[in-house]
Amino acid sequence: MARTQQDYDDIPGTFVFDAERSREGYGINMFCMSLMKDANRKAFKANEAEYLKKFRLTPEQTEAVLKRDYNRMLELGGNIYFTAKLGATDGHSFQHLAAVMTGATQQDYAAMMLAGGRSVEGNRSRSGKDKPAKSKSKPKSKSKSSAKRK
Amino acid sequence: MAKIVAGIGSSHVPAIGAALDNGKTEEPYWKRVFSGFEKSKQWMAETKPDVAIVVYNDHASAFSVDLIPTFALGCAAEFPPADEGWGPRPVPVVKGHPALAAHIAQSVILDEFDLTIVNKMEVDHGMTVPMNLLFGQPKDEWPCPVIPLAVNVVMYPPPTGHRCYMLGKAIRKAVESYPEDLKVVIFGTGGLSHQISGPRAGLINSKWDKNFLDNLSKDPKKLTRIPHIDYMREAGAEGIEMVMWLIMRGALEDKVDEVYRFYTVPASNTAVGHIILENKRKAAGKSKAKTKTKHRQAAARKVSQRKVSKGKQ
Repeated sequence: MARTQQDYDDIPGTFVFDAERSREGYGINMFCMSLMKDANRKAFKANEAEYLKKFRLTPEQTEAVLKRDYNRMLELGGNIYFTAKLGATDGHSFQHLAAVMTGATQQDYAAMMLAGGRSVEGNRSRSGKDKPAKSKSKPKSKSKSSAKRK
Repeated sequence: MAKIVAGIGSSHVPAIGAALDNGKTEEPYWKRVFSGFEKSKQWMAETKPDVAIVVYNDHASAFSVDLIPTFALGCAAEFPPADEGWGPRPVPVVKGHPALAAHIAQSVILDEFDLTIVNKMEVDHGMTVPMNLLFGQPKDEWPCPVIPLAVNVVMYPPPTGHRCYMLGKAIRKAVESYPEDLKVVIFGTGGLSHQISGPRAGLINSKWDKNFLDNLSKDPKKLTRIPHIDYMREAGAEGIEMVMWLIMRGALEDKVDEVYRFYTVPASNTAVGHIILENKRKAAGKSKAKTKTKHRQAAARKVSQRKVSKGKQ
């Protein structure tokens, strides 16, 4: 189960949906995809745990879905575009889900967005490499950069 | 000969589509967003392209996790709007241009870009929202055929910015070798900064976005060197969609005229960015003018080659 560490795991509050999570989360995401059909939404709502059995989720994944723990679903391989379909099945707007994942009320989240969103300052890095990426900070001329053609 | 005359960058926020579909465009929140596209619609109406290539990404609509093609080119005659959970968007079916699409596929695959060919595909807001923003809301049909190019930016890793840029160049070469006289525009969509997943959702980085737009106009090669980690860290996990704009940019001349730009925060969870870039040499349409520009181009190329070789020593 141990996840291969990646450079982007250093980004706080972020579960990058990479090839490893895609493999692990196949069941969660295909379950969510099935909710595009009304008949499936009804079957799921009628008996959630029973419906989930078709998708061979791990016990942790099943628990995360049943509890609507959206961050945990992402951590266990769910992708936001898929899990959003579960939110829609519950009748929630996307902003509601976003607020839930950030631990804010929807009102506070909406107010933060209107005020320009969450700042990147202080939110770049877990390890403290909290500096802007150097590749695009200043438009210094790169004339001496290595030979490239076309 | 077909020719790409301009590139359009535009966000494709789903809530923009919902605002259009539910008649909310006059609400102050949305008016702020839509007002930024008034000039663009006018520009598009005047430009009258024969074909549009739209680079976008599918959001778990046509592609689940069963198939995750990196570059998928729509070669079908038509692409119906997808049902994204609220019924298909009330927009016309998108008509393709199968002949040009097949030509592009053949050309770029031989140029070593291993495209996936899609002959049946529904298209979601990633494609239809930018089309609405530029073409308005036609009832029966879109003003021109459209070739969709779906790029995987959902599963990491998406193609690199450099790869996208080079694919753009290959697309341009393909279009320019198509015998029919067609005026083509290309859209790069998605972005700008946004994160919609996890505890860091809501991230916006306007400084990054402005830099991106500046460099897109003047120094796109610089953007091609940005590693994925920088997009995700600085512009949000989903901000990595911006690599799709580099396909559009690669399909244009090195030097372009920026004819329009718009930026506003937020639409829903996202920074809305928009830019229109025209190739310096307006498509003259006359063969004489074309040969002239060709000579001029060749001369310019020689000069620049000289410069490059000087620089190397």
